[in-house]
Amino acid sequence: MTKQFEPVIVGFLCNWCSYRAADLAGTARIHYAPNMRPIRVMCSGRVDPQFVLKALREGADGVMIAGCHPGECHYVNGNIKALRRFILLKAMLRQLGVEEERVQLVWASASEGIILAEKVDKMTKAVRALGPLNWNEKVIGGGNGHKVVVAAPVAEEV
Amino acid sequence: MSEKNYPEGGERVGVYICHCGTNIAKVVDVEDVATWAGEQPNVAVSREYKFMCSSLGQDLIEEDIKEKGLTKIVVASCSPHMHEKTFRTACERGGLNPFMFEMANIREHDSWTTDDEVAATLKAKALTNAAIERVVHHQPLEQLPVEINPNTLVVGGGIAGISAALELADGGHHVYLVEREPSIGGHMAQLDKTFPTLDCSACILTPKMVDVDQHPNITLLTWSAVEKVDGYLGNFTINVRKKARYVNEEHCTGCGICIEKCPFKVVDDIFEAGLGERKVIYRPFPQAVPKYPVIDKENCAYFLRGKCKACQIFCPTEPNSIDFEQEDEILTFDVGNIILATGFDLFDVKQIPQYGYGRLANVFTSLEFERMVNAAGPTDGKIVLRDMESSPKSVAIVHCVGSRDENYHSYCSKVCCMYSLKFAHLVHERIPDADVYNCYIDMRTPGKGYEEFYNRLLEEETHFIRGKVAEVTDAARTPEEEGKLIVQVEDTLIGRQRRVPVDMVILSPAMEAKPDSKEVSQLFKMGCDFDGFFVERHPKLDPVATMTEGVYIAGACQGPKDVPDSVAQGAATAARVAGLINLGTVMMEPVRATISQDDCSGCKICNNMCPYNAIIFHEDRKVSEVITALCQGCGTCVAACPSGVISGAHFTNDQLFSQIEGILWDVRPEKVPA
Repeated sequence: MTKQFEPVIVGFLCNWCSYRAADLAGTARIHYAPNMRPIRVMCSGRVDPQFVLKALREGADGVMIAGCHPGECHYVNGNIKALRRFILLKAMLRQLGVEEERVQLVWASASEGIILAEKVDKMTKAVRALGPLNWNEKVIGGGNGHKVVVAAPVAEEV
Repeated sequence: MSEKNYPEGGERVGVYICHCGTNIAKVVDVEDVATWAGEQPNVAVSREYKFMCSSLGQDLIEEDIKEKGLTKIVVASCSPHMHEKTFRTACERGGLNPFMFEMANIREHDSWTTDDEVAATLKAKALTNAAIERVVHHQPLEQLPVEINPNTLVVGGGIAGISAALELADGGHHVYLVEREPSIGGHMAQLDKTFPTLDCSACILTPKMVDVDQHPNITLLTWSAVEKVDGYLGNFTINVRKKARYVNEEHCTGCGICIEKCPFKVVDDIFEAGLGERKVIYRPFPQAVPKYPVIDKENCAYFLRGKCKACQIFCPTEPNSIDFEQEDEILTFDVGNIILATGFDLFDVKQIPQYGYGRLANVFTSLEFERMVNAAGPTDGKIVLRDMESSPKSVAIVHCVGSRDENYHSYCSKVCCMYSLKFAHLVHERIPDADVYNCYIDMRTPGKGYEEFYNRLLEEETHFIRGKVAEVTDAARTPEEEGKLIVQVEDTLIGRQRRVPVDMVILSPAMEAKPDSKEVSQLFKMGCDFDGFFVERHPKLDPVATMTEGVYIAGACQGPKDVPDSVAQGAATAARVAGLINLGTVMMEPVRATISQDDCSGCKICNNMCPYNAIIFHEDRKVSEVITALCQGCGTCVAACPSGVISGAHFTNDQLFSQIEGILWDVRPEKVPA
C-alpha cells in the first residue's frame, strides 16, 4: 500500500477570532487533521494576497484564511476587506489553474473551536483528494494543461 | 541541549521547547524537536524543559541571554494568549527588548489536537522553525504610553449603568451618564417584584436613582443619545445630542401641574407597555429621575395645531419653565473610558401568531403583566382581563416564547423561568383560588435562592406542564372550553396532548438585543454577535472588557441577564475603569502601522481602508501618514499598500514571509524560481 498523500496547508488565523478558536479546539481536545499549520495575523485584513502566493510557491498544497464572522471583526470590517481581496485572488488563481478548494476563506469566532476544526478537516480532505500542488511544475511550468499566458485579470465588481 | 558558536554580530537565537508536563511531551517528541532546532541556522542554544513557564524555566532564558549572549528567544509551548507576557518579561529581565521574542504554539494548536505522534512532531518542528525564522527579523519596540482622562462615559441608565456610574462616582471619578429615555431606571423601574426575594423593585431601585441625581460627580444627560465617538483608550471625544424637552431644567421645580393640566392623553407604549395612558407632557413614572417632564412633540396640540399651551399657562414658575422654542443641543466632552450598558428589548411575540397575541384579547406579554401587578401601574396592582374589570380564574404562563427556539432565538433567555414563577406566585397571592399553569420546556433555576423559590411554587400548587406550547386558541371543542383560551400543549411527562382552558395567558418572551445594537457597536467600534449582543473580550476571564481598549460592557447588552448579574457587571466595569484612572498612564502594544514618508506615492488607497480614520493625507507633500495614537494595528493598510511602503510593526512583511518559509521547511522546493 502506498502511503497516503498528506497535504500541507498554511492557515492565516486572525488573532481575535480564529486563532482563539484554534486555541479553544485544542483546550477542548477536539482532534482534527494536523495538516494545517497556523500563522497568527492581527486581522484577516492583514493577509496580503502575496502571503497566499508565497505559501503556495514555497510548497504548501493549500492555504486557509480564517477570520471573524462578517459584522464581528475586531477591527470593524477587516474581514470584509479580506473577502474583497479573496474574491480577486480567487479569480487570479483560477486563471493559473489552481483548484478552488486549495485556497479557502472561512469564518470562525473565538467560541467556534469545533467549527474551525471541522473546516480544517474538510479542507484537508478536499486538498488530499486533489493531490500535491507542485507549484513549480503545475503552475509555473504549465503542467496542468493551461497555457501559461497570464492575462491581466479582469476587474470584478465586488 | 545543543550549543553553537556564531561569529559576533550575527543573530544568536535561543530555542526552548516546553514539555508542559505531559501535555506536549506525550504526543510531541520534544527531545527530537529540540535537537533538530539546535541544528537550524542562527540557533545558538536549544533546550527542552519540563515547564518553561515555571520560574526555573524563565530563569533558563534569563541566564542564557546573559551568559551566552542570545539576541532572540523562541519558546515553543502553549498559546501566546497564555504566556506571551510571561516570556516577554523574562526576556526583559535578561536584558533583551521584550519584543525580541516569539512563541510557537505547540500545545493548543498541536499536541492537544491529535494522537498522531509523527504528525504532531512534524508540525511542532514546522511551528518552531517558523518562529525561529520570524524572530530573526524582530525589531526592538517600545510600548506606547497613553494618558487616561479620568472622566468616564456610561451609556444607558438601567440598573447596570446606574451601578457602574455610582461605583465610579463614589470613588471620586467624574461620570457622564447618558440615557435615551426621559428618565433613568431602565426595565427594572417597570417591574413590580424582583425574584426570588420578592423585593419591591422600585423600593430598591429608586434610592439608587436619587443617588445618581444628587451625586456631585455625575453629569446626568437623559433624553439624550451619543452621536459620535472619536479617539481611543484614555482619550475619547464624545458628541451627545440632548434632545429638546421643551421644559427648561433650570427653572422647572418638577411640581407636575403641567402634567395635571395637559388635556391630551396617549397610550404609553414604552413605560406602561401599552397597557396604560400618559399625558402628552409627561414623566414616565412618579419617581422618575430627573424630575423634569418632557413634551411628546408628535402628539402635542401646540406643535400639531399651534394651539393649547395649557402647560405653559398653568406653569407656576417664574420665569415660565415651558419653552416651546427649545432646540436640540449637541454637547461635546472628553472621557478616558466608556461603559456601555444599553440593555435589552423583549422579543416581539406577534412574530409567533399561533400564540394569538394581538388577536386574542386575553393574551398578555410579561411586561404588560408586570405593569398590571405593579401597585403604581395602570390597574393599581389588580390582575384583570383585557376588559380591565374581571379577574381571571385560571392563568397559563407560557415559557420560552422566542427563546430556545431555532426559528427565533436559539439561546436561553435565562430570566424567564424565574419571572414566570414569580408571576405564578403573584397570581396565587392576589387571586388565591385561581389555577395557575406554567408550561415550560425545562425549568432553569440556577442562582442563589432560585431553586428554593421553585420549590415554594410547587408547594403553592402551581400546575407545571413540561412541554412547549403549540398553540393558544379560542376555538372551543367542548362546552367547558367555551369562552376560554385553550392552551394546546404536549405534556411530555405523561406523554399526552393536553388542552388547557384558561381565562388569561401570559407569554414570557425572549430577551433580545436592542434593534440598533449593530449601529451602536459600530459607533463604539466594538464587536456584536449574530444575535446583536455585544462581544466580551474573553467569555470567562475578561467578561466586561471588549476587544476595543477603553470600551466596557455591562448588563443585558452583553447577553440575557438578571438584576444581580447586571449590578455585578456594572460594578466590575467600574473597577476596571477605576484601575486605569488610578494608573494615569497605560502602556499599549506597539503593534502599529507606519508609512515611509519618503516612499509613499500618495495614491490614498490606504486612506479609506483604515476603519479608525487613522491615516491622514498631507495635501502639501502628497503623502499619507498614520496617526499612531489612533492606529489599532490591524494591518489592513499594510496589505493594501500597492507600493509596499506601509510597515506594520511586529507583523512586517519580512517577518511574515520568513514565517511562511519557516513553516514550510519540509516541503520547500529546492530552488525557488524568482
